[in-house]
Amino acid sequence: MTSLVSEQSIPADRDQSADLSAGQNKRRIQDNIVLGLIVLSTVGTTGILTWILWHIVSNGIAHVDWAFLTTNYTRTGSTSGIWPMIVSTLYMVGLSLAIAAPIGIMAAVYLTEYSKPGSKIVKLIRFATESLAGIPSIIYGLFGLTLFVSTLGMGFSILAGALTLSILILPVIIRTTEESLIAVPQSYREGSYALGASRIYTIWRLILPNALPGIITSIILCIGRIIGESAPVFMTAGMVARIPNSVFDSGRTLTVHLYKLTTELFSISEWNQAYATATTLVLIVLGLNVLTRVISKYFKAK
Amino acid sequence: MRQVRIDKSFHSLFFLSALVSTFAVATIAIFIFIEGLPALQSVGVGAFVTGSTWNPPGYFGILPMISGSVLSTAGAIAIGVPMGLLTAVFLAEIAPERLAHTLRTAIELLAGIPSVIYGFFGLVVIVPLIEQVFNIPAGNTTLAGIIVLAIMILPTVITLSETSLRAVPQTYREGSLALGASKIFTIFKVVIPAARSGILTGVILGIARAIGETMAIIMVMGNAPMIAGLLQPSRTLTANIALEMSYASGLHANALYATGIVLFIFIMLLNSALLYLNRKKVS
Repeated sequence: MTSLVSEQSIPADRDQSADLSAGQNKRRIQDNIVLGLIVLSTVGTTGILTWILWHIVSNGIAHVDWAFLTTNYTRTGSTSGIWPMIVSTLYMVGLSLAIAAPIGIMAAVYLTEYSKPGSKIVKLIRFATESLAGIPSIIYGLFGLTLFVSTLGMGFSILAGALTLSILILPVIIRTTEESLIAVPQSYREGSYALGASRIYTIWRLILPNALPGIITSIILCIGRIIGESAPVFMTAGMVARIPNSVFDSGRTLTVHLYKLTTELFSISEWNQAYATATTLVLIVLGLNVLTRVISKYFKAK
Repeated sequence: MRQVRIDKSFHSLFFLSALVSTFAVATIAIFIFIEGLPALQSVGVGAFVTGSTWNPPGYFGILPMISGSVLSTAGAIAIGVPMGLLTAVFLAEIAPERLAHTLRTAIELLAGIPSVIYGFFGLVVIVPLIEQVFNIPAGNTTLAGIIVLAIMILPTVITLSETSLRAVPQTYREGSLALGASKIFTIFKVVIPAARSGILTGVILGIARAIGETMAIIMVMGNAPMIAGLLQPSRTLTANIALEMSYASGLHANALYATGIVLFIFIMLLNSALLYLNRKKVS
């Protein structure tokens, strides 16, 4: 009996295994196709980045020289440097940070050190900060134009632009600072309070210094955002291409300058200027990226 | 006593700083609505949203801009999401850690590039490419916008998807592999479904970025206020505001703020979707 069963079952088994291996083959082919798509997407993503950087830098780097960086700009083309744009961008970065960084850091301190987690007011602040982060930058532009430029009478000025951008970067500062404050071990606070130190002393001497690398990183992130923005900037700071006399003067930042150049790409010299400006911007972004990495590595090593 | 008073005053200072963002959101919303309402009142909400002619100061219909924003965003999502998700799968599940680390650095860089650079690249590379491939006189089309936006949302989609793929417990994978499933099968039938809500968050943030983008779009899409077609120039809601605000006045300016209201409502809908997703994740 047993032999009969096994004799019958052998061919059946063979059929099944043939089926199984055919199925396995099909699955293996499917798997390989999907794997191919995965690799293709990854190569595509990184390829595009390389393509963008290479295209811009290889066409622009030859035109970025000392004269380009340090001379004035005139529409007629007698000089076509970007010095005024660099100055305006620096003004914009400095002023926006001066306004937003203290407020953002203090807000983060409130959220992590003072507030009761889960209370209504904290929920409201969190919700507002998240909403602020989601608002498109063009809406910031509209808002800045109405409130700062017209209603408060600042006109198109670096100050109006910086006030607008400082609201725009506020959520970035608050969130990243919060994260680095939370990362400071609870035992530090307990130890300090146990020794009788006041809350503000603990924050100032213990918590903030320990969270410093995170705070610096968040500020560099914000510098990147400020340099990169364009729509809300030209709607509030204008696009006058000369060195601003003060923060009450209008100015044109590097990104706005690149945008303006692309609307008038007629002669070779204008193309070269656009590529050179784009290259300068790309190099600044790369530089900031490296800086963030160096800082986090330096502090980790310590 | 003095110590307590100092602590208290710092407490209030920090509290006031924390309230700034709340105050800012409220002020922004109020300003946009107050300035935009006159246009909605005089044109009529229905006529404003469904009107297909934008010709200030006579006609204020923003259907062309809605179609431009929706088509360019949908197209960008159709290209950017599959590509981003597959890249995230590679980074989280397949690549060795060193390679994944290098690629992640590159993708972070992609996120930090200013939008005018993407616009410039689109203008000098993608627009001429479209002219050649489709043999049309002007490559400033919705398609060019779609391609540029797809590139711009990649970092958002990749980063959020990768994080949520990595958060899937290792036991899920082991269980599936132990049952004899292949690695790829496991990724697509077990890991990705488990990471669904995080991936969806990435997609929604990608949509928000695509809808809100302004400068790159202005530079490549041609900006004609007509119902969007793939190989025709079209204009988005954001471009409508940025292009005309500098010289608009009166009802025209109000209509641009009203365009802002429509954009605001789009974004609020996306935010509610995000809140809903997060609440589901918690429960």
